[in-house]
Amino acid sequence: MKIDEIQNGIVLDHIKAGNSMKIYKYLDLDRLDCTVALIRNVKSNKMGKKDIIKIDSPIEINLDILGYIDSGITVNIIKNCILTGKHHLELPEKLTNVLRCRNPRCITTEESNLDSVFRLTDRENCVYRCEYCEAESV
Amino acid sequence: MRHLIDITDLTVGEIDELISVSERIIDDRQSFSDICKGKKIATLFFEPSTRTRLSFEAAMLELGGSVLGFASADSSSASKGESVSDTVRTVGCYADIIAMRHPKEGAPMAASKYSPVPIINAGDGGHNHPTQTLADLLTIQREKKRLDSFTIGFCGDLMFGRTVHSLINALSRYENIKFIFISPEELRLPAYIKEDTLNKKGIPFTEVERLERVIPMLDILYMTRVQRERFFNEADYVRLKDSYILEPQKLLSAKKDLSILHPLPRVNEISHNIDDDPRACYFKQVLNGKYIRMALILKLLGLEG
Repeated sequence: MKIDEIQNGIVLDHIKAGNSMKIYKYLDLDRLDCTVALIRNVKSNKMGKKDIIKIDSPIEINLDILGYIDSGITVNIIKNCILTGKHHLELPEKLTNVLRCRNPRCITTEESNLDSVFRLTDRENCVYRCEYCEAESV
Repeated sequence: MRHLIDITDLTVGEIDELISVSERIIDDRQSFSDICKGKKIATLFFEPSTRTRLSFEAAMLELGGSVLGFASADSSSASKGESVSDTVRTVGCYADIIAMRHPKEGAPMAASKYSPVPIINAGDGGHNHPTQTLADLLTIQREKKRLDSFTIGFCGDLMFGRTVHSLINALSRYENIKFIFISPEELRLPAYIKEDTLNKKGIPFTEVERLERVIPMLDILYMTRVQRERFFNEADYVRLKDSYILEPQKLLSAKKDLSILHPLPRVNEISHNIDDDPRACYFKQVLNGKYIRMALILKLLGLEG
């Protein structure tokens, strides 16, 4: 299968196989007018298989969301068909308006004007807790 | 601007300062009697409370300030659907400091993001109650003359007890404290507190089902109420209920200098026959709560003197 190189844009590489649809949804990639290629189950020496997303437009993407979903992703920046930047992600310390608190007793479930903020409390086990009620994200 | 939302918002050094100011107030109340003249505290109680609201109000009055507020959500604009953020922005135009109790967890934290004046969390659902913890710490300091090197037993409902969680969190920052948790299996301390607060810091603790077994080892006994409806079955409740009621008989094997604390209100978990025992500290705790709230108000208003 052949997918053309992109000219100016972003390649999200080393996505854990199966995570690309989730990323597509979280980053609202369906709203873009440019070419977006979502490639699943690509053979990988390191990972066995992986997903890749190619976006043919230099858009701003939320690296916190990406890092939260899959901190193993590599973000490649392409300009004029040349790789000009490469970012390795890590779990973000804080996530704003990415997750919603499921604790029915939390103030954020009653007052929708509040930003939903989660903080990383245990990096090893990837635990995020609501900044307001400290309930663990699910 | 400082707020007090969680007990860990205060450093150990700041807690020591609050205790020290409280002791100065206790020794010389007169010299603090008009330090807050012209200042107002708003007590915004979206759910009922007797002790905590009156304690904040008495604290401000004894500092020479004045008090405004409401005692239930029904008598506030919350009943018309006003948000917490709008309420505190409005009240912040009238008062210099706000003490807030709210049934929703995290409401004081939300308020602190918008308030033009300091917010004190006076209890948010089953989550936090930092000024009760300050009252507990002042009581321990006054009774034991230290906040380290003792064995403390927490007895009763350790799963849902916000005062228990908060005090464990606060004490975990002091040296050489041994924790004994006494509860039925259904009401044990939540795993995340054992993991995040105790195991990670290498703090020793034991869990037992019966108070009688461990009472001789304790320097401090922190009692809480065990509610019948928390048990999964009636048989367990009947089997265990007496183990969580403190009666004079159980104190026979306790240390002579044991300190018995309870955040109150009690129902039947401490027999009234114990009230006159010199080891009973729960009413001193109430009084200490007022003094440490006085110290806290001074600190947050920048009037430490």
